[in-house]
Amino acid sequence: MHVVVIGAGEVGTSIAASLSSDHEVVVVDVDPDRAEQLKYEIDVLTIAGDGTTSEIQSAADVGRADMVIACTDDDQTNLVACGTAKTLGDGFTIARVKSTDFLRTWEGSNGAFGVDFMVCTDLLTAENIVRVIGLPAAIDVDPFASGLVQMAEFEIAEGSPVAGQTVSEADRFESLTFVGLFRDGELTIPRGDTGIAIGDRAVVIGSPESVQSFATDVAPDATPGRADEIVVVGGSEIGYQTARLLEERDFGPRLIERDPDRARWLAENLPDTVVMEHDATDTEFLSREHVDEADIVVSALGSDEQNLLVAVLAKRLGVDRVIAVVDSPDYVTVFEEIGIDIAINPRTVTAEEITRFTYESVAENIAVLENDQAEVLELELTEGCGLVGRPISEIVADTDARFVIGAITRAHELVTPRGDTVLRAGDHVILFVESDSVSAITSMA
Amino acid sequence: MTTRIRVGWRASVGLTGDVLTALPVPLAFPLLIALYYGESVLPFAAAIAVSLALGAAFRSVQDPEEDLGPREAFLAVALIWFLVAAVGAIPFVVAGVGTVAHPMNAMFESMSGLTTTGATVLRDFSVHSRSVMMWRQVIQWLGGLGILILATAVLSEIGVGGAQLMESESQTKDVNKLTPKISQTARLIWGIYFGLTGLAVVVYFLLGLAVDPQMDLYNAVAHAFTSVATAGFSPEPHSVGAFHPLIQWAVVPFMVIGSTSFVLIYFAINGEPMRLLRNEEFHFYLGAMGTLASIVAVGLFLDPATTFGAEGTIRHAVFNVASIVTTTGYASTDYVLWAPAAKHMLFMGMFIGGMVGSTTCSIKSLRWLVALKTFRRNLFTAVHPESVRPVRISGKPVDERAIRDIYAYLLLSIIIFFLLAVVIVVDAERANVRVTEFEALGAAATTFLNIGPAFGDAGPYGTFASFPTTTRAVMIVLMWIGRIEIIPVLVLFTKAFWTS
Repeated sequence: MHVVVIGAGEVGTSIAASLSSDHEVVVVDVDPDRAEQLKYEIDVLTIAGDGTTSEIQSAADVGRADMVIACTDDDQTNLVACGTAKTLGDGFTIARVKSTDFLRTWEGSNGAFGVDFMVCTDLLTAENIVRVIGLPAAIDVDPFASGLVQMAEFEIAEGSPVAGQTVSEADRFESLTFVGLFRDGELTIPRGDTGIAIGDRAVVIGSPESVQSFATDVAPDATPGRADEIVVVGGSEIGYQTARLLEERDFGPRLIERDPDRARWLAENLPDTVVMEHDATDTEFLSREHVDEADIVVSALGSDEQNLLVAVLAKRLGVDRVIAVVDSPDYVTVFEEIGIDIAINPRTVTAEEITRFTYESVAENIAVLENDQAEVLELELTEGCGLVGRPISEIVADTDARFVIGAITRAHELVTPRGDTVLRAGDHVILFVESDSVSAITSMA
Repeated sequence: MTTRIRVGWRASVGLTGDVLTALPVPLAFPLLIALYYGESVLPFAAAIAVSLALGAAFRSVQDPEEDLGPREAFLAVALIWFLVAAVGAIPFVVAGVGTVAHPMNAMFESMSGLTTTGATVLRDFSVHSRSVMMWRQVIQWLGGLGILILATAVLSEIGVGGAQLMESESQTKDVNKLTPKISQTARLIWGIYFGLTGLAVVVYFLLGLAVDPQMDLYNAVAHAFTSVATAGFSPEPHSVGAFHPLIQWAVVPFMVIGSTSFVLIYFAINGEPMRLLRNEEFHFYLGAMGTLASIVAVGLFLDPATTFGAEGTIRHAVFNVASIVTTTGYASTDYVLWAPAAKHMLFMGMFIGGMVGSTTCSIKSLRWLVALKTFRRNLFTAVHPESVRPVRISGKPVDERAIRDIYAYLLLSIIIFFLLAVVIVVDAERANVRVTEFEALGAAATTFLNIGPAFGDAGPYGTFASFPTTTRAVMIVLMWIGRIEIIPVLVLFTKAFWTS
C-alpha cells in the first residue's frame, strides 16, 4: 500500500513507524527539521511543506495513494488536507480531529469534508477512560462501529446473579445480544434455554449502555454503580466527554473545574453531573468535599504535571482507583510506576486506533476470542453482497456457518437484530463467528 | 438648564394613535348588536368618534424617523393599555344606566375588562342593554391575549419594534418567534386565539341547544369571549353558575387551554405535541391545579354546610379552582359561603397563574417553578459551596440574570400586594365600610393579579362598588400595572428612563 501521512507529530510518527515495515509510507510535515530528523528514525520518505496544498500533496504522490492519514494537531488542517487529497485521487482518507462537532457533522453525512474515516482524539480517549471505569469485571472489551457498539466478555463468578439462569432469563436488556458462551474452553452458540453456570465466560454485543447494565448484573460488586463516587478532575474536552459518557451509562459523576465560565458551561451541558468550581490541587477542598472517599478519580487537567500532582494526591488520600490522562507518551510508564492505576495517553490511543484500522482491510474490525476459537467481525455491507436484502433468519437457515449477528448500525444508529430484520447495503454488521466459519461468512459479504 | 428627554416619545405616542384609530373595529361589534336588538347605538358611536379623534391627534405627532426601542416600547405599552381602557369606558358613561354610569366606575369596569381582571362594579345586571353587556365581553377578549400582540399582528409597519412590544407587555425575554417575521408570529398566535374562541362558541351553543335554553347564541358568544381570554366577565349575575352543570364542565377546558402557552399550543397543533406534554411549567401548572382542586373537594365533602352531592362537589371544586388559578374569575356557585378552609385554598390559588405566553395573569407558573428550583439549588450550594448548578426548566438552563429578574418581580409583587391590602383596609375604615383583613387581602390579590372576584362583598356574586371611590381609583391603577407586569409602568417614574 502507498500511504501518505500528513503531520509528523507523535501520532503521525507512531502510525508511520508501525506501517513502515510492510508499506510504502510518505510523511509530510511543515517543519523541515522534523522531516529531516524523521528520515533517520524510521524508513519512510519525508517531505517538508504544507500538507493541505495540492502542490505538496502531488509531491507526496497522493494521487496514487491507497490511504491518506491527516493527523496534525490542528483539526482544520486535517480536514482541508483530506479534502485536497480527494481532488487528487481516490485514496481512503482518515482525519484526526479534536472537535466532536466536526465528528457529529461527519457522522451526519457520509463523506463530509472528503473524510472517509474520522478519529476524534478526545472522544476516543474519553471512551477509553469510561470503558476502564465502567467494566472492570470484563476480561475483554472492544468497540465497534466507531464506538456505537461494544463487544465484552465476562467470566461468571461465584455469587453472580445470572449464574444458574438461562440465557433468555439473563438477557433482559434492550439492544444487547448474547452471542457466545465458553465453558471449559468449549464454545457454545447460546440458545434461549442455554443455562449459564459459574466459571462460564459469556460474550455479549450491544450498545455501551446495555453492556454496562449487563456488567452490573453479572458482577454487581466489581462494576461501579450510581452509588459509587466517580470524580473527574479537569473540565477539558476529555473531562467533559468522560463525564458525558458516564452520564450516558447512568453514573452521576462529580467534575471539578477551576475556570468559572468553563464550569458554568459544563454544568449547563452535563445535567447529571455535579460541577464544582475550584482548584483541584487544594487538599483542604478535596477533603471537605470527601474526594478522598471517592471510588474512582480521573485526572484530566491540561498539563502532565498537574495531572501527576492530582493523581498522587488522590492516591495518598486513599482513593481506590486513579486514572490519569498523560499527554506525553514518555511519562505513561512513570505514572504507572509511581502507583497511578491507569495512565492514558490520547496520542497513543489515537495512533493505535488509526493503526488498527489500517491493518485490517478497510471495512473490517476484528477481535479474536479465547485462543482463536471465535472472532468478532465488523462488516460493511455493499450493494449486491450475499447478505443484503434478506432477513437474518433466512441467512442463518441457508448456511452451515456458525455465527450470531450481534448488532447492526445503520446511518450511525444502532439497530437491534431480530430474525425478521432485513439487512441493507451500507449497514455495519457486527458478527460473532466461530473461527472455522469466518471464511464462509466473509465470502458472503 | 433643562435635561434633555432621550425617549423617542413621538414614536410611542404615534403608535398609541395607530392603536386608537383601529379601536372602532371592535367597537363596531356591540354597535351591530345594538342595531339588531333595536337598542341605542349612541354609546358606541360616541366611543368611536372619540377614539378616532384621539387617534388622529396622536398620530399627527408621529415622527417616522424615530425607532421603537425598549424605552419607547415601555412608554407605548403603558399608554396604550391606559388609553384603550379610557376609551372603553365611554360607552358605559354615555349609556348612563346603573352604577357604571359614574365615570370612575366606568373606568374601573373598563380597566377590569381590558386587563381581563373581571372584577365588576355592576350591582344590577338586568338594567343594562344587551349591547353594553356585550361590550364588556368584547373588551375582555381584546385584552386577553394582549392588545399589543394584536397591534403587532395588524399593523404591518411595526416590524422589529413588535418584538420589543411583546416582550415589554409580558415581561418575558423569550418571545418565541415561530416565523422569521414577528408580525407573522403574532398573526399565527391570534389565529389560534380566534380559532379557540370560535370553537368555544360552537361548543357552548350546541350544549345550550341540548340541555339549557338560557345558553343562547348571545350567551355562547359572550362566554366564549371571556373563557379563552381567562377574563371572567359574564352577562349573567350568577356567572357560569347560571347554566347547566354540563356547560360548567365544558367551560373548564377552555379556561385551561387559555392559560396554556400559545406557542406550545401552536407546536401541538402542528404535530409536535411532545413539546407541550414534556414541558415542566405545564406539569407544574396542571399539578398545582389538580392538588388544590382535590383539597377543596375534600374540604367541601367534610363541610356539613355545603350539600352539592358528589358530582356537584367535584364540579364546584374543579371549576372554581380552575377559574381562580387560570385567573379567569368565573364562578359556578357563591364560594363566599364555603368553609374557611376551602376559601383559603382558593386564596392561595390566586397567586399561581397559568403559563407564560398565555392569556393568564397573576405571578405565572414559570416564575414559581424557577423560584422553587433556585431555592432547592441554594440549599445544595449551602452544603457544597463550590458547586456550579444551573437551574433547569424542561432540561434547559435558565440564565442567572433571568433568575434575579424573577426574584425582583416576586418581591415587588408581594410589596405592592401588601401595600394595596393596607390601603383597602385603611380606606374602608375611613369611609366606614366593613371589610375584614381576609377580604382586603383577597380584593388586593384579585385586582392586582387580575383575577376577578374576591371574598365578602366583592365575592363572585357581589360587586366592587361597595369599596370607597379612592380604593377603586387605586385598584384601577394597580390592575393596569399588574396586567403589564409592573415594570413598563414603574420605569416611567424613573429619571433614568427619560434622560440618558
